[in-house]
Amino acid sequence: MADISLSAATPVVPRRRFRWSTVVDHAVLITGALIMFFPLLVMLQTASTPDVETMKYGPGLYFGDQLDDNFRKAMFEASGFSGANTGLSMFKNSLILGLGFAIGKIVIGMMAAYAIVYFRLRFATFAFWLIFTTLLLPLEVRILPSYEITQKLGLLNTYTGLIVPLIASATATFFFRQFFRSVPEELVEAARIDGAGPVKFFIDILVPLSQTMIAAMFIIMFVYGWNQYLWPTMITTDEGMYTLVRGIKRIVQVLQGGNEIPEYGRANVLAIIAVLPPVAIVIFFQSWFVKGLTESDK
Amino acid sequence: MAQVTLDSVRKIYPNGVEAVTPASFQIEDGEFVVLVGPSGCGKSTLLRMIAGLEDITEGALSIGETVVNTLDPADRDIAMVFQNYALYPHMTVRKNIAYGLKNRKTPKDVIAQKVDEAAKMLNLTEYLERKPAQLSGGQRQRVAMGRAIVRDPALFLFDEPLSNLDAKLRNQMRIEIKALQRRLGVTSIYVTHDQVEAMTMADRIIVLNGGRIEQIGTPSDIYHNPASTFVASFMGAPPMNLVAAEMQDGTLSFAGLELPLASSLRGPVTLGLRPEDLIIDSHGPLAMEVELIEELGAHRLLHGQVDGQRLTVHLAKEEQVALGPLRLSCRVQNLCLFHPETGVRMDGGFAFNLAQERMEERA
Repeated sequence: MADISLSAATPVVPRRRFRWSTVVDHAVLITGALIMFFPLLVMLQTASTPDVETMKYGPGLYFGDQLDDNFRKAMFEASGFSGANTGLSMFKNSLILGLGFAIGKIVIGMMAAYAIVYFRLRFATFAFWLIFTTLLLPLEVRILPSYEITQKLGLLNTYTGLIVPLIASATATFFFRQFFRSVPEELVEAARIDGAGPVKFFIDILVPLSQTMIAAMFIIMFVYGWNQYLWPTMITTDEGMYTLVRGIKRIVQVLQGGNEIPEYGRANVLAIIAVLPPVAIVIFFQSWFVKGLTESDK
Repeated sequence: MAQVTLDSVRKIYPNGVEAVTPASFQIEDGEFVVLVGPSGCGKSTLLRMIAGLEDITEGALSIGETVVNTLDPADRDIAMVFQNYALYPHMTVRKNIAYGLKNRKTPKDVIAQKVDEAAKMLNLTEYLERKPAQLSGGQRQRVAMGRAIVRDPALFLFDEPLSNLDAKLRNQMRIEIKALQRRLGVTSIYVTHDQVEAMTMADRIIVLNGGRIEQIGTPSDIYHNPASTFVASFMGAPPMNLVAAEMQDGTLSFAGLELPLASSLRGPVTLGLRPEDLIIDSHGPLAMEVELIEELGAHRLLHGQVDGQRLTVHLAKEEQVALGPLRLSCRVQNLCLFHPETGVRMDGGFAFNLAQERMEERA
């Protein structure tokens, strides 16, 4: 007979075993992180150095003492002729564009997907594929007609003109459609029996269920909107409407004129500021983002 | 509380498939009716038509006095429990249960009181603030029940509510649901493919096959007087033995069994014998070759052949048996005769009684 007495062994604390593969993994990760971080360091270095030095020696190894100065100049001093495009105003414009872009795309995409998935429309599938094929027609392809329409509607130099023409989104519609299709049919039926009409079901059940998906879409769309360059360049001629991405370009542009030293420090401060909100949003929504793409707790 | 009347209710899907052939029956106030049948028999479609989740192609459906064909599910005064519970995952148990009331603009204090009552009845009080994901399967099922009872509906609909539970919990919930229904006295329609659930819970069973109603009756009626070979083989575990037999000159013959019958039937028939109506009898007319014994604790099942036809015998645990030859006789009063091709019941249930009397006269 085997001895199966229940002698409680002293609990063994599992010691973490040393593995060379772990070291290699970390080395690769750290190297990768440094490489990704390097441009930011260069930006920070340039931002803290007087422009003349940067012009003379190029990017250096030591940080200068001009960060304060450059920051003040970048944020509060106008760079154009009208005096309306301070860093602050550009930041505000970028924020409005990014938020409007992301929120608009999510709202429109969700509602379109809701119609396609939950209502018995005769041409629902056709409509969906029609929307889907617009992925083949990005802004760059249709920029002239889009511009003309916007211009004729008198929307140049307005936030509406900046945001609305970009707001229809095949990507968001597609993602939400896939998500809605994975919501169990019984949930819809239970809600119907519980007396929730189409609007109530959408607001009370579908929107809360889509939380993680919305967060994921928000990150993608906000960064996408924030980084828009071509469209704002076309739509905004008024300096007060400039976005950050566009404004940075303007500052460095003086070089082409040839008679002034470009304001490297100022441009780089703006560049750093332009990087921060997308980073903040990714960090803030990160856990939801992963959940939205992987978890299916419905 | 209300009675439910179906008058030639029929369902044809857009692709032309007739899921439910015209069905007519009435469910009395407070009755617990079980729709049972194999998958794809139309039982769920029928239930969903009653719920209003599926359009009715033809016929009239009334709950209480009103025809509800075109009424929205929310206006039919029904509540439904789904197989996968269909709880709202982002709401707490309390909100899940209260959602239907909230949508009906019930005052807040009334909602709170009703939810607490329902939770108490279902032993859910301590879980009210949890999310469904933090509950076990049985608890989720109870929340689904709570969502149904809190609204005091005229009619409960259950769509295979226990299929997702393990066997032990299923037995327990079966009893709980039945007891709850008794207490509340609400008319209920329960869909299942499990004949044990049907037998144990129903006041009346409706057996469906291929979109057609095979039989409506009390559990004992269905069990002892099946209307067709389908019902006979579907209800009861193990199912009724169905063997080919012969009727000739008022005598039924199967293997060594010869039974005088007051019937003018002639030719081949299908004979139905419940496994428990076969008894060991050393002088019995049937010679069985036992091939397999299933030990089930409380009883045993013998599987084997009589005259080349498969037969199952149900034995009490006291009886001693072994593999090999065995002689059997049967309780003749429970035999059933079916048409060999259509499977429809032929004897009408009275012929054997006559035969029985005649045998007793002879003896």
